[in-house]
Amino acid sequence: MPLLKLERVSRDFDVSPPWLNRVLDHEPRRILRAVDQVSLDIDKGETVGLVGESGCGKSTVARLIVGLYAPTEGRIEYRGRRLQMIFQDPYASLNPRWRVHDIVAEPIRFLGTPQKVEELLRQVGLSPDDGEKYPHEFSGGQRQRISIARALAGEPDFLVCDEPTSALDVSVQAQILNLMSDLQRRLGLTYLFISHNLAVVSQVADRVGVMYLGRIVELAPAAQLFSRPRHPYTRMLLDAVPDLGMSGRPRTPVRGEVPNPLAPPSGCTFHPRCPHANERCRREVPAFIDGVACHAVLEGRI
Amino acid sequence: MILLRRIWDHDLAWSFRRSPVTVVAAALTVICVGAALLAPWASPQDPFDMAALNLSDAFTPPAWEDKGMASYPLGTDNQGRDILSTIMHGARISLGVGIAAVLFALVLGVSLGLLSGYLGGRVDAVIMRIADVQLSFPAILIALLIDGFARVALPGDRHDELAIPVLVLAIGFAGWVQYARTVRGSTMVEKEKEYVQAARVIGRRPLAIMLSHVLPNVTGPVLVIGTIHIATAIITEATLSFLGVGVPATRPSLGTLIRIGNEFLYSGEWWITVFPGLALVVLVLSVNLLGDWLRDALNPKLR
Repeated sequence: MPLLKLERVSRDFDVSPPWLNRVLDHEPRRILRAVDQVSLDIDKGETVGLVGESGCGKSTVARLIVGLYAPTEGRIEYRGRRLQMIFQDPYASLNPRWRVHDIVAEPIRFLGTPQKVEELLRQVGLSPDDGEKYPHEFSGGQRQRISIARALAGEPDFLVCDEPTSALDVSVQAQILNLMSDLQRRLGLTYLFISHNLAVVSQVADRVGVMYLGRIVELAPAAQLFSRPRHPYTRMLLDAVPDLGMSGRPRTPVRGEVPNPLAPPSGCTFHPRCPHANERCRREVPAFIDGVACHAVLEGRI
Repeated sequence: MILLRRIWDHDLAWSFRRSPVTVVAAALTVICVGAALLAPWASPQDPFDMAALNLSDAFTPPAWEDKGMASYPLGTDNQGRDILSTIMHGARISLGVGIAAVLFALVLGVSLGLLSGYLGGRVDAVIMRIADVQLSFPAILIALLIDGFARVALPGDRHDELAIPVLVLAIGFAGWVQYARTVRGSTMVEKEKEYVQAARVIGRRPLAIMLSHVLPNVTGPVLVIGTIHIATAIITEATLSFLGVGVPATRPSLGTLIRIGNEFLYSGEWWITVFPGLALVVLVLSVNLLGDWLRDALNPKLR
């Protein structure tokens, strides 16, 4: 029984211009489908990574899971105790007018958990005296530690991490990642780890999902995904990663751009950028079978 | 001592010290407010005590004029009331009405702006359309309307004692739109920030988030508008009183005094209307200058 189960979850956003402009300009409503039929199971104690380009719906999935958005279609089932979230921007995720102590204490007070602020600050590597300060007195990495302390204050068993390191210096990223895996081991946490940084995801995730234009196109154990990618989009992403090992592998830049999500391409939404696309790909949406959604893979063409 | 030191070293205190105009304006404001607050004890005469008035002293010119008397430094009006004392008492009423009206407008405007910006959708559309409609009328007209309506609705004998609360409501209601619009704009920015989402993930209710998270982050501009609005509210009150629909003549504000004196301006008794007018100008100007300074001092781009 998975801890979290997403069943064909979709989320639409109404991005129409205001009513009056719409009527005057004879424009129709414009609906943006940010997440399209996403199914995902996450088991207790594992870390699932979610990667994809900007605007592919990763963050929307995160917000759907913690309940900030309601799904337009589909079901989200959560069997755990409580979900908390760590946000991307450490400068916007802490209320600048609140002292750190009050920020970390808010979940404790409101949810009635028996946590202690001093203990939580110590757990994330800060001093208990830091509680008296305001967020602007801390660096990005320290703020992210405060964010983690706040999330832990709610005693979650599941943490949704929306690009928790992408706003940080590389040296600080490693510290935060170490802290997170440390906490996972000690508290038995489950993570959904969202990132556009493949190197980071390969380091922390047990399984990785690749998203493209609101759909999950490939889902596989991390080792397998990085050594034997199947979906052409995953291959394209991996080929674009700078090769620090100097193995002599030729590096191919990512081709094309993400299409306008307001008017997604027909069939497989990746077909305009895909080197293997044929007539069927343009016509038919590929089903997600056996960890991948691609006609070419399922037909054995690649 | 440490506290004083910290206030002295604060950014605001620093920019205050660097602006001589602001220091003068602050000094004048303190004098005006002080004189107004201390009027019942510091004024030479109690202008509302009929027994203390001497009708034979009516129309005494200021002390430095030929027929002036030292006991009436700025002269007397048609009923023998000392002008200096009436100004002090009048400023008390003007300031009181002005500040109370601003507080009322501020609370109303900030609440509606928060609701409008945070909830969005229909609530926002309704509140903002009301604001748009109200903005198409001059504030003084709205105040006149409310005041006139209250005059008809209230029984005649209660009108005089309720005149001041009605005036506060009328002026306050005419001024809430500015606060609502400013707060709505800032709220729409703040509510998209992740700290608000973090509070929602914890499960806090919208009202709690608005009050404890968003409100502290949108109050900066409100403070500036409020200070400048005090000056505007005092002017509005003076205008209404000058037109004769404001405070009753038995408890005159600066505007009432100017109106009373206006009748004698052309017969040579200029001091009855000029001194209250001067007092009004000094009061409004210094509050305005303070507001301007506060606006610049709180604007990080002008630092």
